[in-house]
Amino acid sequence: MAKALTVNLDKCTGCRSCELACSFKHHREFNPVKSNIHVSIFTENAFYVPVVCFQCDKAFCAEVCPTGAISAGEANGAYVVTVDKGKCVGCKMCTLACPFGVITYQSEGHVQKCDLCGGEPECVTFCVPGALEFKEETAATLKKTRVLAEKIYRQKEVS
Amino acid sequence: MDGWVGKILRVNLTKGAVSVEDLDEKTAHDYIGGRGLGIKYLYDEIDPKIDPLSPRNKLIMATGPLTGTGALAGSRYMVVTKAPLTGAIANSNSGGYFGAELKYAGYDMVIFEGKAKEPVYLWIENDNIEIRSAKDLWGKNTHETTSLIQSETDDDAKVACIGPAGENLVKFANIMNDNGRAAGRSGVGAVMGSKNLKAVAVRGTNGVTVADPEGFREAVLDAIKEFHDPFMSEVLAKYGTADVVEFSNEVGLLPTRNFQQGTFEGAAKIGGAVIAEKYNIRGAKKTKACFGCPLACGRVTRVPDGEFKGEGEGPEYETLGSLGAVCGIDNPEPIIKANYICNEMGMDTISAGATIGCAMELFEKGFLPEKDVGTKLNFGNGRAMVELLQKAAHREGFGDVIAEGSYRLAEKYGHPELSMTVKKQEFPNYDPRGGQGFALAYATSNRGACHIRQEVHCVEFFGISLMGIIKTGGSLDRFSTKGKPEVTKQFQDFYCMIDSSGICNFIIIGSPDHNVFINLMEKGTGLNFGGLKGFLKTGERIFNLERLFNIKAGLTSKDDTLPKRMLEEPMPAGPGKGYVVHLDDMLPNYYKTRGWSAKGVPSVKLLADLEIKA
Repeated sequence: MAKALTVNLDKCTGCRSCELACSFKHHREFNPVKSNIHVSIFTENAFYVPVVCFQCDKAFCAEVCPTGAISAGEANGAYVVTVDKGKCVGCKMCTLACPFGVITYQSEGHVQKCDLCGGEPECVTFCVPGALEFKEETAATLKKTRVLAEKIYRQKEVS
Repeated sequence: MDGWVGKILRVNLTKGAVSVEDLDEKTAHDYIGGRGLGIKYLYDEIDPKIDPLSPRNKLIMATGPLTGTGALAGSRYMVVTKAPLTGAIANSNSGGYFGAELKYAGYDMVIFEGKAKEPVYLWIENDNIEIRSAKDLWGKNTHETTSLIQSETDDDAKVACIGPAGENLVKFANIMNDNGRAAGRSGVGAVMGSKNLKAVAVRGTNGVTVADPEGFREAVLDAIKEFHDPFMSEVLAKYGTADVVEFSNEVGLLPTRNFQQGTFEGAAKIGGAVIAEKYNIRGAKKTKACFGCPLACGRVTRVPDGEFKGEGEGPEYETLGSLGAVCGIDNPEPIIKANYICNEMGMDTISAGATIGCAMELFEKGFLPEKDVGTKLNFGNGRAMVELLQKAAHREGFGDVIAEGSYRLAEKYGHPELSMTVKKQEFPNYDPRGGQGFALAYATSNRGACHIRQEVHCVEFFGISLMGIIKTGGSLDRFSTKGKPEVTKQFQDFYCMIDSSGICNFIIIGSPDHNVFINLMEKGTGLNFGGLKGFLKTGERIFNLERLFNIKAGLTSKDDTLPKRMLEEPMPAGPGKGYVVHLDDMLPNYYKTRGWSAKGVPSVKLLADLEIKA
């Protein structure tokens, strides 16, 4: 079964270490704007949402790419959408097509997106609270379903 | 340069001029960043005798070489200026996201000079720097100011600002950044107010590099391993620092009713568990982190209804102590409300609470007439505390007296000995009679009473070895003066380095090995400190330069003291019962250990050794 990068929102603290780890791994500098993962922060509710490429089955970025630089498939035990920097001409069509804003142009002549670090995501290594995990997709999804079910159950109890 | 980004932004508010300077490499190596670089520039550029609220004072916001890097909790920036509360050096530190953003904009440090004609704020967007009008923002609280500036500039801008307290030159006004984080102590917010500088907003999109990327990555992973100390990673994660309330009470040093007692019968009612379970919106778990921090000790709370209804960040331990036990208040709701008011108005919760506590004792002893206050200001009166803080921020009625801090308040009513301060700065929440070492630390801290520029209490209570530097084989006897001058010096010098590095001291101080920290610094900057000795020497240089600043500002060894209560009134009850502070036993040895004269002045030889040009 393919692994996926999963987010547990209850564990995220908004520290943005994932942004630091990602930019350092791929650019050898600490710079959140160069990271492939970004945390939106809603402090008033202690709510933090890390957003990173969902590795879509139907990847719009790949579909619109005029040079065939973006491809999807299994690699290192995970399904991943990758950019071939050699083929990318920096036209930025994919950045328009992506509904989530997680493929970006970084002024180096090509676009970038999360490639799951070849099967060892650096953001997961540096996420001390354990909000980010890289694990088998079904197990990850099942747990989310369980959490949602519990919320509904508790809501029912209250009403 | 690696670690540092190599630029200093200088803003002359009188002329409305901005300029960018290179950071001199040698100066950066000798004074590191944050607290160290800040004092170096301040010492060289101002006459320490000036009025801190005059345009001749300067206000420096300084990051460290690890700020904005992936070093654990590399979130910190330091505000360095001459303090209105104490007349001594101020160095107030804060986390959140602001400091890192300043580095990403391309600046290690911002220096503000002079005074703007009208209220302004500074907008830094990488190389584009604008001094903008803040006339419409004057009078707004810190939360309103932050969101208004973000809507005028960039949603992703990080904002550090003052509230009405800073505008009204409240002696303990702070600077708030990212809404809930504070450069809290010594009245640094009043210095901003005196310059008509309402806020600094910053957006940066450049990177920070480190000298040895692979080595640095390994050093961070080592630090993460060390960080898995049960107290740091579990207790603080669950309850935040609020967990310390009950501990301090058990060991008999929770300051109660203006430090008349070290035990508080209401401690459990305002402890970490109550705050977490009843008010923290995530319950007893990690809630809010500063940038890059694995610990996440921040709290986000809500008082859902009643007269103290509200929402915001906090309370932390120090707030629960000062606004709670010090004022004899055992209802968490007015404490939390007072915390929100302090954050919104821009005031230091420690000095705010301790000043109200002092006023309560003056009132109960009959020294402060009811007609002056306008209400019965007994210990435990949470409603009066909340109202007085609101008035203090605006200097309305008796709030105008509270706004001056506890020393000036107690002096005005003829009893300065009832102000629990060192160098006119209010005590944090460890009664010095509960540990001789941190009593000495309070007395000799360059910025006045302070727990966080040297956490000597950690070795006296938790057996923390200052990262293996202090070879005690366990806790030092807290009631003994033996060895305390040496330990205090080691703590102070080492903390000068942490405070200059850009990381938070909470993260690494539990580690048994100082090399974890030295390694991060060396791999980050490419410097070689020559082992612990060289590392501590740099810290000692910073500490002594601050001392020289204070001496030139007119402070003397007479200011290295504690209130009479600490020296003469034995602790009335609890585990510390019967103890007073034996400062006379320690201070001469401390001076000797430091290489200072009997009057506390650094010797010429010491300054030459430390390569300080006085």
